[in-house]
Amino acid sequence: MEIKVLGTGCAKCEQLYETTRAAVEQSGLDPGLVVKVADIDEILAHGVMMTPALVIDGEVKSTGKVPDAAQIAAWVGEAAG
Amino acid sequence: MSDLAAATPREEILRLAGASGGDDGGRIRGSGATIARYGGGLLVGLALWALLYRLLDPASRWLSFTALSLDPGSALGSAVQFFLYDAPKVFMLLVLVVFAVSIVRTFFTPERTRAMLAGRREAVGNVLAGGLGIVTPFCSCSAVPLFIGFVTAGVPLGVTFSFLISAPLVNEVAVVLLWGLFGWRVALLYLATGLAIAIGAGWVLGRLGLERHVEPWVYAVTVGDAQLQAPSWRERVGAGRTAVREVVGKVWPYLLGGIAVGALIHGYVPEGFLASFMGRGAWWSVPLAVLLGVPMYANAAGMIPVVEALLGKGAALGTALAFMMAVIALSLPEFVILRKVLRPRLLAVFAGVVASGILIVGYLFNVLDIGRLVVS
Repeated sequence: MEIKVLGTGCAKCEQLYETTRAAVEQSGLDPGLVVKVADIDEILAHGVMMTPALVIDGEVKSTGKVPDAAQIAAWVGEAAG
Repeated sequence: MSDLAAATPREEILRLAGASGGDDGGRIRGSGATIARYGGGLLVGLALWALLYRLLDPASRWLSFTALSLDPGSALGSAVQFFLYDAPKVFMLLVLVVFAVSIVRTFFTPERTRAMLAGRREAVGNVLAGGLGIVTPFCSCSAVPLFIGFVTAGVPLGVTFSFLISAPLVNEVAVVLLWGLFGWRVALLYLATGLAIAIGAGWVLGRLGLERHVEPWVYAVTVGDAQLQAPSWRERVGAGRTAVREVVGKVWPYLLGGIAVGALIHGYVPEGFLASFMGRGAWWSVPLAVLLGVPMYANAAGMIPVVEALLGKGAALGTALAFMMAVIALSLPEFVILRKVLRPRLLAVFAGVVASGILIVGYLFNVLDIGRLVVS
């Protein structure tokens, strides 16, 4: 599974990164799966214009906000099948 | 309003798992029953809000003049009562408006706004972009991806600028605070002139044909297409609650500061203290206010205590509003962010056109003496 946090370094981007790591760990997976992406070309390649954004296995799950850990865990669980 | 979030996390997860198709393309999810439940909850909440709001004035009087037995005619008594009335009033307005605006914003994503603006002719496009700037969620840290996303999708440069000016300048927090502290006329005036500047400056910038001063790599970026699910009503209401928590959490110290300054002025400061050098007669006060405003960086909430102090001591409305707009719309950190996509010359023209718009508004208000008509 590939989990990306897209952001250009704002406070909320860091917050989303931490929340996502916690949610992934809670789901019994390795928090090291979560990677930060700050490259503007890659952010836009996902069609994201509002950071921070969460992308799981290439699918944009949220933009411009920090969803709560339960929601992220649900997405992660769904992707893990 | 905690009853609105009465579903368990388990239900939430089941719902999310079941709704993974994402094929309803922008349609509102949620059955009639959920909408009725949220609608009912909101109505009850609104009724309680209105009741509480009406009680504020008598409650503040009772607290100041009966419980604390202050003299209604004294400076201290009038300052305390002003504070006890104004602080909860502005907080309540803030909660209501921020909640409502954030729910409205869940219907306007940047993607949708971009689609509405792409290929629009100028003029119509500028007006639309100015209006969409108010309702589309925006954070200046996302200015670069937004700019690239708009420009590569065929939104004209001037129209993109109208959006980029309107989004931070005309924001709900500024409007609510102006409404709470100076009355709805000042708030409406701010909204209208902020929009006019965004539309006018964007139009002028579009006419100048500055496309070649955009960094060339911008046009080479391939912008993908995010397929986001439309949020459910629960998520929309959740967004409203989050925004209220965030905004009130960030804004309250400025707000209390502003109201305290207002209360002191209300009770103690002689009127017209600043009138001689920031009044309507001093022609140089408007450009000075704009010049001072550029290096300063604050959000709308942080500006309110300053504007309150300026107006309360006799500064002209045009001067005070020009200062506030210059601080919010023209900021060095945002220029640094935008420098990634705009060449220095375009950046300078952008700043110059917006500053001119603010100058015109400031002078116009002072010359026509709008302040006398709208500030009670």
